[in-house]
Amino acid sequence: MPIDMHEEEFEAHSWLGNFLRKMHIDIPLMLSLVMISALSFIILYSASTQNLDVLLKHFMRSCLAIGLMVLLAQVNPHQFKRFSFGLYGFGVFLLLAVLIMGEFGKGAQRWLDLAGFRFQPSEMLKISTPMMLAWYLSEHPLPPKGKELLIAIGLICLPTLLIAKQPDLGTALLVASSGAAVLFFAGLSWYFISGLTVILGALTPVIWFFLRDYQRNRVLTLLNPEADPMGKGYHIIQSKIAIGSGGVSGKGWLGSSQSKLDFLPESSTDFIFAVFAEEFGLFGCVGLILLYLLIISRCIYISVHAQDTYSRLLAGSLSFTFFVYVFVNIGMVIGILPVVGVPLPLISYGGTSMVTLLAGFGILMSIHTHRKLLPT
Amino acid sequence: MQRNYTIKNAAEEHRIFFKRVVVAFILILVLSSGLVLRLAYLQIVGHTHYATLAKENSIKIAPLVPTRGIIYDRHGRILADNVASYTLELIPEQVPKLDDTLARLQTLLAIPDEKLEQFREQLKRNKRFASIPLLLRLSEEQVAAFEVMRPYFPGVDIRAGLVRYYPYGELVSHVVGYVGRINEQELKTLPEENYRGSYHVGKSGIEGAYETDLHGKTGYIENETNAQSRSINVVNENDPVPGVNLYLTLDVDLQKTAYDALAGYNGAVVAIAIKTGEVLVSASRPGFDPNPFVYGISGKAYKELQDSESQPLFNRVLRGQYPPGSTLKPFVALAGLEQGVTSFHNRMFCQGYYQLPNSPHKYRDWKKWGHGSVTMNDAITESCDVYFYKLALALGIDDMHNFLRKFGFGEKTGIDLLNEKPGLLPSREWKRDVRKQAWFSGETVITGIGQGFTQVTPLQLARATATLANYGKVVQPFLVNRVLSQGVTMPATIPSEPMLPVHPENVSNIINAMINVVHSSRGTAKKMAPGMAYKMAAKTGTAQVFTVKQKEKYNEDQIEFKLRDHALFIAFAPAEDPQIAVAVIAENGGHGGTVAGPIAKKVIDQYLGVTKNAH
Repeated sequence: MPIDMHEEEFEAHSWLGNFLRKMHIDIPLMLSLVMISALSFIILYSASTQNLDVLLKHFMRSCLAIGLMVLLAQVNPHQFKRFSFGLYGFGVFLLLAVLIMGEFGKGAQRWLDLAGFRFQPSEMLKISTPMMLAWYLSEHPLPPKGKELLIAIGLICLPTLLIAKQPDLGTALLVASSGAAVLFFAGLSWYFISGLTVILGALTPVIWFFLRDYQRNRVLTLLNPEADPMGKGYHIIQSKIAIGSGGVSGKGWLGSSQSKLDFLPESSTDFIFAVFAEEFGLFGCVGLILLYLLIISRCIYISVHAQDTYSRLLAGSLSFTFFVYVFVNIGMVIGILPVVGVPLPLISYGGTSMVTLLAGFGILMSIHTHRKLLPT
Repeated sequence: MQRNYTIKNAAEEHRIFFKRVVVAFILILVLSSGLVLRLAYLQIVGHTHYATLAKENSIKIAPLVPTRGIIYDRHGRILADNVASYTLELIPEQVPKLDDTLARLQTLLAIPDEKLEQFREQLKRNKRFASIPLLLRLSEEQVAAFEVMRPYFPGVDIRAGLVRYYPYGELVSHVVGYVGRINEQELKTLPEENYRGSYHVGKSGIEGAYETDLHGKTGYIENETNAQSRSINVVNENDPVPGVNLYLTLDVDLQKTAYDALAGYNGAVVAIAIKTGEVLVSASRPGFDPNPFVYGISGKAYKELQDSESQPLFNRVLRGQYPPGSTLKPFVALAGLEQGVTSFHNRMFCQGYYQLPNSPHKYRDWKKWGHGSVTMNDAITESCDVYFYKLALALGIDDMHNFLRKFGFGEKTGIDLLNEKPGLLPSREWKRDVRKQAWFSGETVITGIGQGFTQVTPLQLARATATLANYGKVVQPFLVNRVLSQGVTMPATIPSEPMLPVHPENVSNIINAMINVVHSSRGTAKKMAPGMAYKMAAKTGTAQVFTVKQKEKYNEDQIEFKLRDHALFIAFAPAEDPQIAVAVIAENGGHGGTVAGPIAKKVIDQYLGVTKNAH
């Protein structure tokens, strides 16, 4: 008879502990998520220049996302496995739909209006792509080789290219990396990985050729932001000024002059880390990165303790992709990566990314809380 | 459905996965360390640099322009006022499409092309995020028209400010001067810090000379601004120090009397209070309306003023250099007495002309048949030329030059105005140095009657007259009352030799002779005497503009107006206790006694009348 297994350290038989266990909530992950979420309200309050409206909307989205997370935590991982192919197929279909509708509309099209809800299919692929990969690879012997490997790469490339065509380079890269992470955790041979790295390196000029002008500019701007300080380099320069002026200890909460005075664009969304860095300094930044590492560690712990290959691969990929989010956003804000539209996970203002992320955490909780006691 | 089942090694898969997780975790730690290192670089190494940039980003220093000092006359009437005015300003960095915006503004407010050109000139040397005035003195209608359309003109604003206004217009235009837009040259010399935000600078007259005092000290306000340069919060504020209000010694009523009396002539009237040196009247005719200069006079209007034959922009009081003619005679006479060359009662014979030994050239007297035997008293009263030809020769150019110099001829008076001309008092050295020629006796002869090289300004003449009336105690003319105008920093001029070494009895004799000019039946200004309630000491003068050839006769009616003699007149009154000294020059006025004398009399009448009422 299957019984739920929980961590010894949270064995306390308080009514809350019992309730959370019943709700398939992983307590350490939940605690760190609550912490970072509280932090997000604190930063957003300052970054939005104390706009309570923004906070209220953020709160409502958080509730919605947490609701979805809790809901997904109830689902048995076997169900995810069963629906992996369907979800992936549906996601790709929606991407195609968006692309075709974009042809009739004008310019970039990422959104789909579903009964008044603005829905971004590419977000869905951030989760359904690793699900698909984990399902496909877990059905075959690992490490993946030959035909399976080619199919797996094809499964990654299909949504990636469709999203890149939108064009949404940031999301495309995240989707690709989530799929690639599955391959990596599945034990993709090191020869293949190094070979691929060499080929990608050699293909850089070709990729450059296919990039759009604004995408090229972003890369060029990263290399030399001072070349056009009031134009393309503005984001990075202002962001660096905000971060650098924060110093070691920061200017204190609500003390960021750069973001509050509108020098820093998108200070509540993609560039919120600059506000944080300006107000809380290097100490705050290191603390925040440690908090992210804590979450990632817990996720990796969950993936290591997962009981079947599908769950392991999916959990590993979700954990790693979460780190990629953090790294790409902070890297872009501090000027070591090109500006791509990736929000700071769990902190930036904006609904879609948070819903996707918490959905991922919901799956992780599901994987962890639906384990069975196995005979040893 | 056929399905390929392959044998899966669960333990092996788990082992591979675990190894990969370890690699991934190490990768995560390495990349995170990279982030932290980069952050440390920005926030520790680059902190000072970025903190400076952040401050520059957000703190904008805006100048607080001080209110310009008001200029009053001696009775507190405002000569230069500040009035509210609306200025259309533009911050180029905040205007999305400058050319388009300018074109639309031009149609909306009917801005002349000239203003746009001025604007574009200023645009070239403008600081970032500094506003440039596009149109000054907007009418109510223009303000309303703009306000309605304001949302369509980002970066354009209307600023309410104070602008100079000169209520008396041309009457005091030269002495008060005017302010105008700061030009390229002034921009280089003016202290940049203090002129941040100032559009105007005093260009001439008191406005120019007392610019530092009138302007005041610019304050500043440190604003925390956002990226659109909108002020969010005041960080620091330093109030401006308003300019000093200047009280002039000038009497506008007296000035008006003088200016009106001069009507019909170009010329100048200067009146000085003898006891103090206060300049009561400093009138130069024609004047000009200084108000258009404040808003940037149009090129056409300016050219008209420049090219006008009557030279309205020219301050004759300070810069007009005229031969003094016979007005120099009392001073030459005093020189003769002081140098012991002659005595007051010594007689000389005037036969109507004078000839140097061995020279056929006749130096004529204005009276063709001569004055006969004359004393110094007669020579001054009747303005006998021959007497002074002989006296000058007896004195010699060196002594004559040295003595006249003491009365300030040939040098600036040091009045508190800029660009004064020194006139010219010729000497042997001067001619050698400047003209590279030796001095001739004939030149000494004509210097004795104020002709030849000698040139004086009306102000010099008034000052010398006042000093004479003051028995050699030098009168230093000035325009700004330093007691009333608190805070004036410009130093006052102190005459180098406050008391001239002259004998009072000699001065007394000269003054008596000058009284006779008006009050004796033979005086050249005797027509002025009837009905005069006080005693006036005076000297008429006629300065040649046109040299009459040796055989010809000067005939006023036959000579073109602008070649006619200048009429000069110096006077002071009351003769027994001199209060006011006046010098009048009416260009091409002919005889001093007829034209210039009555002008001086009107001024003195009014001044003495006023002072009587005051007591």
